[in-house]
Amino acid sequence: MDFADSADEREFRLRLRSWLASHTPGLPPSSTADEYWDGQAAWHQTLYDAGFFGLSWPKEVGGHGLPAVYDVILDEELIAAGAPPRPSVGYLVQGLLEHGNAAVQQRFLPGLVSGRDRWCQGFSEPDAGSDLASLRTRAVRDGDEFVITGHKVWTSYSDAAEWCLVLARTDPDVPKHRGISAFAVPMRQLGIAQRPLKMINGITREFGEVDFDGARVDAANMIGEPGEGWRLAMTVVSHEREPGELGYVARYGKLVNELVRTVDADPSAYGPEPRRDLAWALVETEMLRCHVSRRLSDRLDGITHGPEGSVDKLLMTEAEQAVGHAALSVGGIAPSDEVDDTWLRVYLYSRAQSVMGGTSQIQRNLIAQRILELPAP
Amino acid sequence: MDVRLTPEQAALRDSAAQVASRLGVHAVADLEDGERAAKLEAAVVASGWRELRTRAEDGGPWASAVEVAIVAEELARGLADAPFLGPTMAADLRRLAGAAPSADAETILVRPDLGGPAHGAGDGGVAGPAVALDARGASRALLVPATVGDAGSPHRIGAVALALAPDDAGRRGHGVDLTRPSADVAAHAPVRPLDGESHGLADDDCARWLSLGLAVACADLVGTMSGALTLAADYARTRRQYGVAIGSFQAVQHMLADALVALEGSRSIALHAAWAVDALPARDALAAASAAKAYCARAGRSVCETAIQVHGGIGNTWECLAHVFLRRAVLSAEIFGGVGASLARVLAARGLGDGDGLR
Repeated sequence: MDFADSADEREFRLRLRSWLASHTPGLPPSSTADEYWDGQAAWHQTLYDAGFFGLSWPKEVGGHGLPAVYDVILDEELIAAGAPPRPSVGYLVQGLLEHGNAAVQQRFLPGLVSGRDRWCQGFSEPDAGSDLASLRTRAVRDGDEFVITGHKVWTSYSDAAEWCLVLARTDPDVPKHRGISAFAVPMRQLGIAQRPLKMINGITREFGEVDFDGARVDAANMIGEPGEGWRLAMTVVSHEREPGELGYVARYGKLVNELVRTVDADPSAYGPEPRRDLAWALVETEMLRCHVSRRLSDRLDGITHGPEGSVDKLLMTEAEQAVGHAALSVGGIAPSDEVDDTWLRVYLYSRAQSVMGGTSQIQRNLIAQRILELPAP
Repeated sequence: MDVRLTPEQAALRDSAAQVASRLGVHAVADLEDGERAAKLEAAVVASGWRELRTRAEDGGPWASAVEVAIVAEELARGLADAPFLGPTMAADLRRLAGAAPSADAETILVRPDLGGPAHGAGDGGVAGPAVALDARGASRALLVPATVGDAGSPHRIGAVALALAPDDAGRRGHGVDLTRPSADVAAHAPVRPLDGESHGLADDDCARWLSLGLAVACADLVGTMSGALTLAADYARTRRQYGVAIGSFQAVQHMLADALVALEGSRSIALHAAWAVDALPARDALAAASAAKAYCARAGRSVCETAIQVHGGIGNTWECLAHVFLRRAVLSAEIFGGVGASLARVLAARGLGDGDGLR
């Protein structure tokens, strides 16, 4: 049981630290400004080209084949350098690794890992949120292609994406979980229209909604077998619940360091309440860092994902929302337009964490029934 | 980095779990079962767990704080009512001071609010009222007489004699924690130097010793939470109302799910704190332990309260085991500083305020 670096890990950490000293882009805090999303693709490619992204993924698809704990080192050094977090594409990578055949992996993964190809995820629909399996988007075979019709929402990065991982119903005659297939659909085509969604903190570049009206996709772009879409979706969302896959420790660590600097710059301006909220944000961020270290160490046993991902999701949510409360308390509510509202936007953004990737209510249901083995309602 | 338990650590965990499961407190009536308690005491003595922090040939302890935390967690999960935290902390204090291990049962002396070690006064006695923690069977309680954290001369340790019959403490009504009785020590009780050679403690030694106490308290909280959650989840699966198990109701499921989340977060941060005691510079170890203590203290009370709530009316009766877990948790939560003091130390470690120092 050792949280310390091995010799190889130490060498990697120092090499990364030295590179970050001269390559950290001055992006605003993630998820508070559209400028972050404008610069995020370039940051992904820079980090990848320097050899510091995709650390635990197979070399054949552009990764480095390292143990997953290297991602903890990456997150820690990104925090220390004040750099943006690593791009959160791991859940898509894991979905393609687990369900895509060799041809699909060779075709799509290198671009996804390197950041050259931008992807979005077409899962949720207006009438299929928590009850995702009731989705109604259809994919109908037409020769060597499928024709897709339907409406997707909460589609992250739909404005910038070249590809969309779409869940669509290919067989309406079987039980709802079994009639769904997954496709890599090219976004730049007639038959697809996307619109940005303006979120409660004012950003417009993260989420969108997408209309598929006779969009066409090559049958070879199906990921997995016909009817395997639901299992792929469960793989993707379970990784989407893992802070170790998302790299959010670095996001929270950077924010909380900036809050510490804010208070330190004018200590007399902050009374017991903001200090207490800040202390909890520090504690929660530290908890999440330790928790990710534990989970990624478990992967050395070959454990990848299971119902414990729901525990991790709730711990990640607890940490993000503690940081959000500290941001509100330290940064203030910005009562007029004259006041910088960056911290208010951090707070408002944190409310989404208990919804995205499966609501906290759904995670609690899963924990109760699959881990605690309580009887189904 | 590899924070999985080693095979040796897993074996230690399993043997501690086995002792606690065989001889711990599994019903309130077990607290009165002297024969069981004597068997447990004998098993703990035979295990050598109380000597984990005594001096090895290299001057360091025989085992790291991780091994101590592993044992503490398992003993707490089974509500073991044999001393462990007290004698372990006393042994570590003797080691740090270069004193020989004690042949007699010892524990440590703390302030009445448990928030830090008790102080000595100029008259050679204890500065004010004090409390001997985890005092069952102990004949002596060690203290660090000088105000810890003062610059200058190193802190000399001493001992206060405890006038407890070995079996006196620990029965009903002897303090909040029914499994780990405390003993009151009056102000001005005489402090005697330890027999034989010993030297004082440097500030870093004091910080490391406090870190160990916080880490052991966190591990105890993790075990306590885990035991309470198991008790409550078992009850929710069997207790029936409206014709179904109450564990099928979403309201009950969500309370228990939140308890598991609090337990797992606590386990992760407590594990790191235990590792940090011997692996990081003393100041960083204390910062890690303080963050863990704030988290585990809050979680421990909350999870044990949930265990009572899930049990309904029965959970509020003396005969339900849930309150024994809650009582153990609220004591552990205060050892060397509760939520507020720990948060202050977390801020102080980041240069914001002076916390409550090392006191």
